[in-house]
Amino acid sequence: MERDDIYEYSLDTHHGEEEGKKVRKKIYQVLGILSAITIFEVGMGMKFSRVVSMQETLKYLFIALTLVKAAYIVLVFMHLGDERKNLRWIVLATYLVLIGYLLFICLTEAVYAGEHRAWDPVVEAFKSIVGGGSAHH
Amino acid sequence: MSAHASTQPTDVKTTWGGGTSPFGISYGKMMMWFFLMSDAFTFSGLLTAYGFMRHKYHDVWPVAGDVFTHFPFYNGHIELAYVAFMTFILIASSVTMVLAVEAGHRMDKKGVIIWMFFTIIGGAIFVGSQAWEWYHFIHGTEHGAVREFIKDGVWVKEVFHGANLRVNEYGHPLFADFFFFITGFHGFHVFSGVCINIIIFIGVINGTYHKRGHYEMVEKTGLYWHFVDLVWVFVFTFFYLL
Repeated sequence: MERDDIYEYSLDTHHGEEEGKKVRKKIYQVLGILSAITIFEVGMGMKFSRVVSMQETLKYLFIALTLVKAAYIVLVFMHLGDERKNLRWIVLATYLVLIGYLLFICLTEAVYAGEHRAWDPVVEAFKSIVGGGSAHH
Repeated sequence: MSAHASTQPTDVKTTWGGGTSPFGISYGKMMMWFFLMSDAFTFSGLLTAYGFMRHKYHDVWPVAGDVFTHFPFYNGHIELAYVAFMTFILIASSVTMVLAVEAGHRMDKKGVIIWMFFTIIGGAIFVGSQAWEWYHFIHGTEHGAVREFIKDGVWVKEVFHGANLRVNEYGHPLFADFFFFITGFHGFHVFSGVCINIIIFIGVINGTYHKRGHYEMVEKTGLYWHFVDLVWVFVFTFFYLL
């Protein structure tokens, strides 16, 4: 029996020359944004990664910029921003709720585990190694 | 694209009534999205585990700026320069992929061929670069680090270089374990992505999708390829920048 409930392909996947120009312009814009953010991140990392007072700021700045980059990739390159609202939120909400929860639980526990770490000579010895490479620059 | 399904009016009463695709996309594309979500959970789980250990051992965690300092044909040290180059390559190959998808929407076979070709090249360069990064991480620095351990009942000191699953010259070995596992898992995704792209590329050259009347197959591989780029954005932040 032939099924009529399966779409072989998405409707409206074709567009003309005019529309294509607009789409390409958008793509190059996003390329510019993503490259600029990456260059900015690397620059900040090179300049401030060893400045202790900057580290907290850098951490949140990098995470925020990463989320911006991720949003551009998912919404523009993967076209999720152009899909129907129901599909968009089924993908995004499911992911964000579950992973948000996982991250919250794990990182909270990790900080606790770090504060209550049993003293271990093997682990303590790593302290002399960390940052050792910087002396040779 | 802007002429996508979202511009169609969605009637809540009839959307789920059957005889139509409620999400306004094809079966194949929806399944690709579901697959990518499960894959996203896997990577998130790995990165969360990494975050756990990193917070637990925050004081003995290697500084990424010490570890990744090599650049091809240059003997000095430039922090993060090569990985920035790798990131750019992957973003660029993501852009060429989305351009191939766009060309497919215009039924421009020649355009799809050209852009997919560049995508494959970019992916191959990335996999090669990752191998190069691994090589330098495994071999480490000239001065290395000293470790002490008990052998035949006496403490022995030993100089060792680089990192593997047991030891790590730059700090806690867990960093190396997670690095090899997560970048390895990601690298294998890139490798499979290149293989899938080559298969689709051959299909495009043979005119398979042109005869079919649409290039949705390119779109689906494109989704996977962008996902690989997406994961790298996170790996780049958590392994190299922070």
